[in-house]
Amino acid sequence: MSATRRGVLPGFGLSTGLTVFWLGLVVLLPLSTLGLQTARLGPAQLWQVIASPRAVASYRLSLGASLGAAAINAVFGFLVAWVLVRYRFPGKALVDALVDLPFALPTAVSGIALTAVYSPHGWVGRFLEPLGIRVAFTPLGVLVALTFTGLPFVIRSVEPVLADLEPDVEEAAALLGATRRQVFRRVLFPAVLPATLTGFSLAFARALGEYGSVVFISGNMPFRTEVAPLLVMTRLEQFDYAGATALASVMLGASLLLLFAVNRLQRWTRARAGAP
Amino acid sequence: MSIEIRGVRKSFGAFQALRGVDLTVPSGELTALLGPSGCGKTTLLRIVAGLEEPDQGEVRHHGEPVADATPRDRNVGLVFQHYALFRHLTVFENVAFALRVRRRPRAEVDARVRELLGLVQLSGLEDRRPAQLSGGQRQRVALARALATRPRVLLLDEPFGALDARVRQDLRRWLRRLHDEIHLTTLFVTHDQEEAFEVADRVVLMNRGLVEQVGTPRQVFEEPASPFVMRFLGSVNAFPARVVGGRARVGGLEFDAPHREGGWSEEPAHLFVRPHELELFRTPAPESFAATVERVTPLGGTVRVELSAPSVEGGLEAELEPRRAEALALAPGDRVYAAPRRLRLFPAGPGDSLTSSGL
Repeated sequence: MSATRRGVLPGFGLSTGLTVFWLGLVVLLPLSTLGLQTARLGPAQLWQVIASPRAVASYRLSLGASLGAAAINAVFGFLVAWVLVRYRFPGKALVDALVDLPFALPTAVSGIALTAVYSPHGWVGRFLEPLGIRVAFTPLGVLVALTFTGLPFVIRSVEPVLADLEPDVEEAAALLGATRRQVFRRVLFPAVLPATLTGFSLAFARALGEYGSVVFISGNMPFRTEVAPLLVMTRLEQFDYAGATALASVMLGASLLLLFAVNRLQRWTRARAGAP
Repeated sequence: MSIEIRGVRKSFGAFQALRGVDLTVPSGELTALLGPSGCGKTTLLRIVAGLEEPDQGEVRHHGEPVADATPRDRNVGLVFQHYALFRHLTVFENVAFALRVRRRPRAEVDARVRELLGLVQLSGLEDRRPAQLSGGQRQRVALARALATRPRVLLLDEPFGALDARVRQDLRRWLRRLHDEIHLTTLFVTHDQEEAFEVADRVVLMNRGLVEQVGTPRQVFEEPASPFVMRFLGSVNAFPARVVGGRARVGGLEFDAPHREGGWSEEPAHLFVRPHELELFRTPAPESFAATVERVTPLGGTVRVELSAPSVEGGLEAELEPRRAEALALAPGDRVYAAPRRLRLFPAGPGDSLTSSGL
């Protein structure tokens, strides 16, 4: 909308001004101090901090585990949303409430609970240990923790879209001769894909910054199970503010790029899904 | 390809949607299922399509029970009221859908889709998505999609219900022409009498889960089989009457009772007169109601005259040709005489009062 042409909706100027002010206050102001702090390091120093092998290992773990967790959540979240929307069963309300639990729990509590369950003597870890699978204190543990905290995103994004799909459309597809599998692949899946991607990007973003639930289960071994946010914490505890913000800036840049890419993909699929 | 429906019953919980329907849709005809909402017409259509299973009875397509066939083998084209197009697919892919899931060769798909888009007059819009089409265009895409596999039966569920009056009228005529071209056995659900009469070869009137009458539009209008049909098809003047000695007595007047199989005994009855079959005179006429003009409303092709008569509860309604109305030069307050030119008499069944006959 150009400034010269008056829109139908009043208050464009006011509402936009407020939005920019609010985003500036809440998001950009803290971020700018990040830049200022980082700038206190010289280029050589900066490079030393952000390209140190320990830091690179932590980026790799953080990005890899977050992507993995978001992908797992995309698949299983879709499934859970499908079940919640399509079927009626006793205890459905309870399942529905359980979905939001990872949101509600303090992350440290989730972390301790997961560690207790997956440690070599825990309820589940005990049975995995003889199979040679170790979860706690390995990268796999990080993945488990991030999957847990990201669970609600895909489910809550996909649920309303699935619920809005008209039964007519599936009936039409069936009458036109599509098998159940074809109805799913050709009709339902494309319609729900944009929402699944939204959930994926939300879960991914959340996982990148996740700290509380990871620190307990990962064991925080440098080069192996140390996630980037933890490395930032470690720097902070050593009063190395510049080093901490430098690492944080790298994370920030990487996640911005990834989220931007996912958003582009999402917009493309949405256009393909025929949404207005 | 005929459709035979035998003793079909269907309930949803306590609600009996169909209470024993028998119906044959002859091959190549366009038949309309007409009735008020809740009469079971859509349920019947969905059973014919195989989307619902009847609790009792069966449906055969050309002698073969549909219950055993998969939707693909049944090969029924269905057009939904709200189009039910695939939003993520282009017009071309929507129409091609049934061929794609059957893995037909590309050249065949291409040729068939272009032929169908020509048939529904949407050539050139192949690459649009449903969101970029008007309602009328969407419904034509839905129709082309339903026709893609050359179905043996075409079913339409209130196909024009969601469209503007103008578009609806155009599509109605267009559908009739299309039917005359391809002669596909077609079952068409509507609650709009005009639509049913304009499009269909035969009309099936349904009420409360039962078929009330089957016939050509002319038959059901001229010879309604029940008070329900009489009332549902256009407006009507209704009078409580009593048949005595072969004559119907109404408000101090007596008319010859129309012929009825088995004759009339002495019994209460309902007498109906269509507004256009009520003639008005300035001077007393034999067997006419003395009435006062309340209101004169020109409706274009006809003039509606509302009357009050002391002997008739609720007043009368007459429809005159404009010329006749001009000759009479009626004004509110005028005294006139209303003589039924044609009347229909039905025995008053238990529980069907004049005021609530299922509408």
